[in-house]
Amino acid sequence: MSKTILILGATSDMARACAHRYAREGYDLQLAARDAAAIEADAQDLRLRHGVTATALAFDVLDTDGFAGFIAGLAPLPDVVLCAVGFMGDQTESQRNPQAATVVLRSNFEGPALALGMLAERFEARGSGTVIGISSVAGDRGRASNYVYGAAKAGFTAFLSGLRNRLARGPVRVITVKPGFVATKMTEGLPLNPRLTAQPDEVAEAIWRAQDKGRDVIYVRRVWRLIMAIIRALPEWQFKKTTL
Amino acid sequence: MQLSGWGRYPRAEGRLSAPRDTAALAALLAEGPAIARGMGRAYGDSAIGRHAISTRHLNRMIAFDATTGQLVAEAGVTLGEIIDAFLPRGWFLSVTPGTKFVSLGGAIAADVHGKNHHVDGSFGGFVDWIEVMGPDGAVNRCSATQNPDLFHWTLGGMGLTGVILRAAIRLRPVESGWIRQTTIPARNLDEALDAFAQTMDATYSMAWIDCIASGDRLGRSIVMEGEHAGRGELPADRRARPFDTPDRRAARVPFDFPGLTLNPLSVRLFNEAYWQKGLRQPTTTLTGWDPFFYPLDTVHEWNRIYGRRGFMQFQCVVPLESHGEGLRAILGAIARTGAASFLAVLKRFGPQQGRLSFPMEGYTLALDFPVNRRSLSLMPELDRITADHGGRFYLAKDSRLSAQTLRQTDPRWDAFAQWREDNGLAGQFVSAQSERLAL
Repeated sequence: MSKTILILGATSDMARACAHRYAREGYDLQLAARDAAAIEADAQDLRLRHGVTATALAFDVLDTDGFAGFIAGLAPLPDVVLCAVGFMGDQTESQRNPQAATVVLRSNFEGPALALGMLAERFEARGSGTVIGISSVAGDRGRASNYVYGAAKAGFTAFLSGLRNRLARGPVRVITVKPGFVATKMTEGLPLNPRLTAQPDEVAEAIWRAQDKGRDVIYVRRVWRLIMAIIRALPEWQFKKTTL
Repeated sequence: MQLSGWGRYPRAEGRLSAPRDTAALAALLAEGPAIARGMGRAYGDSAIGRHAISTRHLNRMIAFDATTGQLVAEAGVTLGEIIDAFLPRGWFLSVTPGTKFVSLGGAIAADVHGKNHHVDGSFGGFVDWIEVMGPDGAVNRCSATQNPDLFHWTLGGMGLTGVILRAAIRLRPVESGWIRQTTIPARNLDEALDAFAQTMDATYSMAWIDCIASGDRLGRSIVMEGEHAGRGELPADRRARPFDTPDRRAARVPFDFPGLTLNPLSVRLFNEAYWQKGLRQPTTTLTGWDPFFYPLDTVHEWNRIYGRRGFMQFQCVVPLESHGEGLRAILGAIARTGAASFLAVLKRFGPQQGRLSFPMEGYTLALDFPVNRRSLSLMPELDRITADHGGRFYLAKDSRLSAQTLRQTDPRWDAFAQWREDNGLAGQFVSAQSERLAL
């Protein structure tokens, strides 16, 4: 029996890379995104390359009321769920406009956390499953340049941590991924240091290995664990004066 | 940003875009002159310019027909990805160049050839149709019967007819992932040419030629021929999984070698070792498809061994009528200057097939040279010898030919440039190479 992975936010570059990585291992794919038609070409590509089943599903991370119906409609209930939904927004806009900030908070925290929480319940009832959330180093400490997004990711990281803690004695596993800089649509045009910037394929490989090796929290490039340890260790009086 | 080809010479400041869909691509084309860029494996300046548009996000496979072997895919799919997906199902590329890290679009634009050119012709012979985006964003499908001019100028047209978006190509059925390889050491050029003459019916053939050897060893070569091995030819324990070949461990060149690493002495030692290894090799062996077709692919970023200044590749074909003389003159000139070139390749071509195909019936020689004063003064001499013997040049490798030499040796490009002018493409699809060569 082949296994199935559900990918939420399947149009992102990291999600696409993960879909290929899991398909290579023989996983069938449930690819969910707001516009299901937009991922049909990817689904067909994955079927052709890997000979797996790939279905495109409509999923809106802001429509929390629709989650129960979406999950009930999954056939089969997947073995693994990976949430790659992310929306950076514009920090200045988020500062000024509560509606814009709400979309950032809900897209990065509320929606992903609730969806994964509900799936974790189903996994627990079944007695197996892996929950993987792509959070962000931006959630490790709030910074002036993106703290609305960062706060949402911090919430998501805390949620995953708590979920893992609660399920630790059972069969369901929870993995938190903090990729650091990744060369994607979201970061295109930003002047990122290439040594700190992972390619989407690297992220996918790291996620697969994390699942395979039973890790809890991963940074993709190791240097990020060090960088974030330093950033977290700075005393607040010093940190508040930095421009990171 | 700084753009360059695989040889890292020349480099030029330019903009690099990577659209994620055809609408974004059309919008970029509307902004002005541009050139499509696949994997950046053309050696020189074919895919660099003021604005290079990468097809790396346009890389989906679309359909496969297991009865005919026809694959439809987007231009950014690489040949290696096609092998990964279809060899386990018994299909291989009909024609492949010496690296699998090229895109489908690039293979079409350069109308690449492989070790089977003398039997099967070039890549274009296995292309059923191509979809090309013009300067206005309109997508035109072309084939031998539909928009035939666009089709024939796009095969080998170096991306100058528009952006190749999708294509249908035919794969070949194979029984295994193994190649039955025969190695024939040839002590000089005459022996090498004899060996080629005797292996005309082999599916694959090529030779590593030692360009440092001179005198009566001039043209010393290791000639190799190969055939796809049938399932029955495999050892009993391999027959159950005939498409599994050993994984090759990839290495990576971690930094730019100092410019002096490749000098006449180190190249001489390397070539001598390679020759001795060829002499010791058993005449016939089974080898995996990967080391047979893509010996350099395991060394990622091998272009860095030439140092920061980069390298140039020289590839010409000399027609059958004058090949002996022509090759001897070229090899003689190289041996005389002692210009370091290791792993040069010699190969017999069959007749030209596509309208713009580089190959013609005769022999092709491909050599790498580090960028330095000695190489730069040798290359025009090699150009002249090639021209004098009725030969011509491969634009996928070129970084420095003059427009005048190109036109003199290959008048097809006049008709090509005229067609581009007539169809409003000349000012729209522009590479550093097309400007240098006045295409």
